[in-house]
Amino acid sequence: MTDPGKVLATFFVNGERHECAFAPHKTLLEVLREDLQLTGTKHGCELGECGACTVQIDGVPVLSCLVVALEAVGKQIRTVEGLADGPTLHPLQETFADLGAAQCGYCTPGVLMTAEALLRRDRCPSRDTIKQCLAGNLCRCTGYLKIFEAVELAAARLRGEPAEPRKETIHGS
Amino acid sequence: MLRLPTFTFHRPKTAAEAVRIKCDHGNEAMYVAGGTDLYPNMKRRQQTPTHVVSLGEIGELRSIDVRKDGGVSLGAMVLLSQIEAHPYLRQHYPAFVHAVAEISTPLLRNMGTIGGNLLLDTRCTYYDQTHEWRESIDFCMKKDGAICWVAPGSPRCWAVQSSDTVPVVCALEATVDLVGPQGARSLVAGELYRDDGIQYLTKKPEELLTRLHLPAPGGWQASYVKLRRRGTFDFPVLGVGACLWMSGKTITKANVRLGGAGSYAIPAAETEKALVGRELTDEVIAAAGALAMKPARTMDNTDLDVYWRRKVAPVYVARALQACR
Repeated sequence: MTDPGKVLATFFVNGERHECAFAPHKTLLEVLREDLQLTGTKHGCELGECGACTVQIDGVPVLSCLVVALEAVGKQIRTVEGLADGPTLHPLQETFADLGAAQCGYCTPGVLMTAEALLRRDRCPSRDTIKQCLAGNLCRCTGYLKIFEAVELAAARLRGEPAEPRKETIHGS
Repeated sequence: MLRLPTFTFHRPKTAAEAVRIKCDHGNEAMYVAGGTDLYPNMKRRQQTPTHVVSLGEIGELRSIDVRKDGGVSLGAMVLLSQIEAHPYLRQHYPAFVHAVAEISTPLLRNMGTIGGNLLLDTRCTYYDQTHEWRESIDFCMKKDGAICWVAPGSPRCWAVQSSDTVPVVCALEATVDLVGPQGARSLVAGELYRDDGIQYLTKKPEELLTRLHLPAPGGWQASYVKLRRRGTFDFPVLGVGACLWMSGKTITKANVRLGGAGSYAIPAAETEKALVGRELTDEVIAAAGALAMKPARTMDNTDLDVYWRRKVAPVYVARALQACR
């Protein structure tokens, strides 16, 4: 049992240990952004309706706005900050940048975390699988097309194929 | 920002301990499973427990067991995404798995549980709003107020049963286990629900739903058909769960439940009567479907036009019956 007031707990975020004191009714989203200064994860609707706050817990994408932080203690948390390998971007980050799949960028961290989990379990997802998988991440800018194309291109590159974006995607038809 | 109100967080290790904590704090305490229903409601101050009893540490609630008779028992904390991916369930309970896959989005199904979905709070346009929104038009009777804004002359609340699994589970006549301070008991799923938007469950608040038992496969065919605005995310505006028991080609028993059309999954009794003793021909399906308009008691408190929703109930019931072929 934890009484109101602050509690001290250790989180494992992106492979690093973080010890912090926080109010026990805080969500994981609030702890990540406000106590660990990991502001890559965005707060959108805060009601589980938009997907902007998606992070991975033990490899599974979930909505951090609906996880009480105490439930995530001891688990492996991965946020968008943990996607790049040092200075090398993750293939998804590369293709999202190259294809203009991020416009205002607010949904992007959530989309990336959902898509990364998909590509780990399905190396060659169909367009329909990608659509289904990203159904919980709202984007109000792109119309989704470039997001789907960027995920497909990243999947091809992760398979080791020398894939290039379609000309129409970059220059228009 | 929408923040959770302050509360004390409990993480018991056993169901018995969870029940004890709940009893200690009475109405001030609530159980939480996946949190995808309760936490948004708490952020909007629709539900305001000061003690939250998490079921996340209770290992006994996480198993999926295939029984000797071929039926399946699911712990209340089994994730919806686990059900979707379970080979045995996919093979033998396609209608139930389909209903689960229709719930919200993959992200929420990674968090939401079967127990939580069975006990999902009823929903209403005038209830599922922030505290400030509800205050601005004066609160409704489901929380903090005295009036029903959907039917202002009504003495009761008309909030809508909105779980996708409930119509199927009721049609299947699955059973649920409840554990309370006086011990355990089992109920046929249909008996868990009441026709009231506020008191929509027959279980006592301190009773913990621990397991769902699906009947052994064989001898019946089930289906679930859902109406909603978008292909994902949305709660059912209408969700038809059907289960037909057959002897050869003849229907010997029929359960058809209408979800999203009232405060509980309403039995389409006339439809069921019209099916028994008949074969599932196109004519029988059309006639039985047409009888489902009357029991669909749609009110203007969910998405889409209220009269149209009632009009399409026969169409969706017919589709559910076709899917049982």
